[in-house]
Formats: sequence, structure tokens, C-alpha cells
Amino acid sequence: MTRKLAEIAHSRAGDKGNTLILSLIPYDPLDFDLLVKKITVEKVKNHFKDQISGEVIRYVLPELKAIQFTCLNALSGGVNTSLALDTHGKSLSYALLEMEL
Amino acid sequence: MKDKIRIGCGAGFAGDRIEPALILTEKGNLDYLVLECLAERTIALAQKRKQHNSSLGYDELLEKRLINLLPLLVKHQTRLITNMGAANPVGAAMKVVEMANKQGISIKVAAVTGDDVFQFITGTEKSLEDGKPINAFGKIISANAYLGYEAILPALNTKADIIITGRVADPSLFLAPMIYEFGWDETDYSLLGKGTVLGHLLECAGQITGGYFADPISKPVPNMEILGHPYVDVDALGNGKISKVAGTGGSITVQTVKEQLLYEVLNPFEYITPDVKADFSKVQIEEIGPDEIYISGGLGFAKPSNLKVSVGYEAGFKGIGEISYAGAHALERGKLAAEIIQKRIGHSFPNLKIDLIGYNSLHPMELSNKSSPYEVRLRVAALCAQKIDAQLIGEEVEALYTNGPAGGGGARKYVEEVIGIVSILLDRKKIIPEFQVFTS
Repeated sequence: MTRKLAEIAHSRAGDKGNTLILSLIPYDPLDFDLLVKKITVEKVKNHFKDQISGEVIRYVLPELKAIQFTCLNALSGGVNTSLALDTHGKSLSYALLEMEL
Repeated sequence: MKDKIRIGCGAGFAGDRIEPALILTEKGNLDYLVLECLAERTIALAQKRKQHNSSLGYDELLEKRLINLLPLLVKHQTRLITNMGAANPVGAAMKVVEMANKQGISIKVAAVTGDDVFQFITGTEKSLEDGKPINAFGKIISANAYLGYEAILPALNTKADIIITGRVADPSLFLAPMIYEFGWDETDYSLLGKGTVLGHLLECAGQITGGYFADPISKPVPNMEILGHPYVDVDALGNGKISKVAGTGGSITVQTVKEQLLYEVLNPFEYITPDVKADFSKVQIEEIGPDEIYISGGLGFAKPSNLKVSVGYEAGFKGIGEISYAGAHALERGKLAAEIIQKRIGHSFPNLKIDLIGYNSLHPMELSNKSSPYEVRLRVAALCAQKIDAQLIGEEVEALYTNGPAGGGGARKYVEEVIGIVSILLDRKKIIPEFQVFTS
């Protein structure tokens, strides 16, 4: 049975210019290692292949039990000039959580 | 010297709600209230307003936010620090003095300036985004450096009740009163890092009390309709307890704090502000009571030698048109409308963006719901150099009423002037903060 990331983790999206920033935080700290193992840069890049055209950097934060993804060239130019409905990409946290574990 | 101060954050963006700041000030027993109201683009737009009328260019909601707040600030002896000066902190300070005079209130207002570095810009500076010279993007209309706590300290020293700045890094609005009250050594970067952590946690106001967090299924938050904004009790060692006024809605938990700690942070090991390079990676977040979170463990390293400057440029006009379809074959009719628009005007608008709201407008296509929604809304957008071209987008979508698929309803059209933002670095020695004091 496949589980969606949304079942075990939460996320918040932020933006800096054309860079999308996604946190990934397990509800249960015991799931942190599983997330570190499963949610790799390659998986995120592939999941967002139509959204992110630049590099994805993953920061693993064991003290916080959280992961941060910094995604370059991900917001159609960024909040000011993007033609998207969600110019900030604020809804994209829930796109990450659609990923299957 | 105090051993503890309380700082509240009553607004986290230009359009934030007004009431939470009133509640914080009336019931929060605050030493300081911060109102953070200045996005990157806001200051460029404000600069344009100032060009039309030199007494304007400060936050458009200044009067609305302060009219009922002023008497509360005086009554509770709470000092206000805000970046609502936008492109004209002096104009904002004069307006606040005028408002205070009308209410018979006696206050001292300091305006902090020096962030406007338009005069230093040549246009050939290379943008941090892609290395292109900034004048290649469009006509430059503003250039504002991110100032740090150093710009605010002299104004605090004047005992001003209200301090109004333009562009200042958001956490610096909080760090300045900590340094002022505790007399922190300005080269103790560990302390500056801790203070920056607390400032960063508070700067988006409701985002740490359950706003931008709530999900009724997985992350329920109580009484969102009366969401309270946060305050922090900071001690002289830079540790803090984050809480909110009893009886307000929302909740502060380890989860809300973690989401906010990482919010908009490009690198959690090195969060760069004008004041410090802060390390967020070892922050300790401890629940010590209901809606009470104790924060410690922030770190910091020496501040950068350059300051970031946001440069605003004219980026043309955005034209948008929308129309909805519902019921049987709604998705198919929406797709037909999209196809018609693409064939009619796609050749003239190479960057035309066409989405179906309710189907594929928010997330990458492959994540979209494959089942057929009951209703969809066609959205067409393009960025154009000329306003007249941008207007055509909405006109063509509206014309789908009589020239498109069956049952199209609720057409709307918009044209927005677009201000783009690029960033450069400037040697901080070139930037000299100043202040002026006004009294009512």
C-alpha cells in the first residue's frame, strides 16, 4: 500500500525571488530518518519536473528533525513578474506532500 | 538595565489585519510593538507614489493602522517600531505627528532614513539573480538597501515613542530593541544570532500562531477567526518565550514554530542579515505550557561586509482574463475555450499562460486531479510591454461569452502595472543611516 507524504509530514512553502523553499517536517520525530532516506533531491526534482528548472539543494537538520529543500528557478521568474495564479508558490507545500513514500 | 523585555508583532505583511495589534497593545503588557509591513515590491510602488506627491510614499494603511493604536501605545507606554515609512519615513513621521496632534496626544516620533541608495546606482551593477546588468531589466525606479539594527539604535537612544523606518531587514526591527535594552556587545555574534532567531520567528506575526498552518484534518487550529498575534519575552542571554494574549484564537506549538523557523530561509545553517550570519540549525524549541514555547540555541557569526539592495524596475503590464464553466462537460468546454484563445491570440503573445482554475492552475500538471471537476475557471495571462496589448487578453476572454463555448459565465478582466525586483550587493561603508525626530 502506498502512503502519501501528507500522512506523516507537514510542510510550509516560502519564496525568495525565483527560488522556492519547502520545509518538510515529520509529525512524529521517529519518522525523520525515513524521510531523510526516502525524500532525496532526485525524488523532489522528479516530482516537480514541470515546476523546478534549476538545482535543488537539500539541508538535513537532525536537531530540528526537519528537512529543507531550496529549489532554484522554480517560480516562473518569481512573485513580481510570474504569470501564474499563485505567484509566490505558496500552495506548493501541498504539492510536495502529494508525493508517495 | 532590564533583565527581560517583551516584544509583540502586530503585523506581518502590508495587508495584514489591524485588530490583532490593538489587542496585543491593550492586553499584552508589551515593551515594544513591531509592525512589519514592507514587502520587496511595496517600496518600489511607494517610490512611484512619492514621485507623484512628495509628501506621500509611506505605507497606504499608516493612518488606518495607527488611528486607534496611538492612544493605546501611550496608555501602556509601549514603543512602536515599524517599517511603514516605506519610501518616505520622514513623511510618515510627520503624518503620525499630525494624527497625534489631532487626538491631543504628546509623542516623539523618529524617522530612520539612509536605505534609499538610488543615487549610488549606476545601472551597470550585476544582478545577484543572473549576473546581467540591472539596467538590462527595464527602467530602474528604486534602489533600497536592507539596513540593520545599527540604523535603529540611534533612534532608540532619542527615547522616541515611535520609530519609523524604510527598508530594514525584518529581524533587525526586533534585534534593535534587544541590543538597546540589554546593552549587548555588538561583536557578540552568538547573541545577535539568538536575537535574530527570535525576530525571524515573530516577523510574520500570525504565521507562528496558526496562520498559514491550519489544516482542519491534519493540523487543526482553534478559533482562527480571532487569530492572535505573537509576543516574545526575551532575556539578556537571548533566550525567549513565545506566547500570545490569553483568549485570542490560534495556537503556538512546536510544529507552528518549526514551520516558521524555516520559512523563506535559503540556508538554515547561514541566514544572512545585515547584522549577523545566523545559524538556525541547532535551535531548541521546547513547549513549556499551552501556547508557550521556549526558544534557545541559536548561533551567529560575523556580519557581511556588503548589504543587499533591492532594485525596482518597470517590467511592463500584466493582462489577465477569466471566465467560468460548470456542469456537464465543464472541463471539456474550459479546454475548448483555452484552445480557442491560444489559436486567436497565441501567435502575438509568446508567453501566454493559460490555466483552468479548479484543475491545473496551482500545481504542476502531473499532480492535478485527473477526475472531472464540477466547475472550472479559465485563466489567461500575459506580460506585455504596452498596456494596450495587456488589455487585449481580458478583452479576448470576455468575448468568449458570445464567441466561445456554451455556458461561459463570470468573465473578469484586469490589467496590472508590473514592478520587477532584482538584487545587488553594495559595500556597507557607502550606506549611512540617519534619523530625524519630530514631536507632537
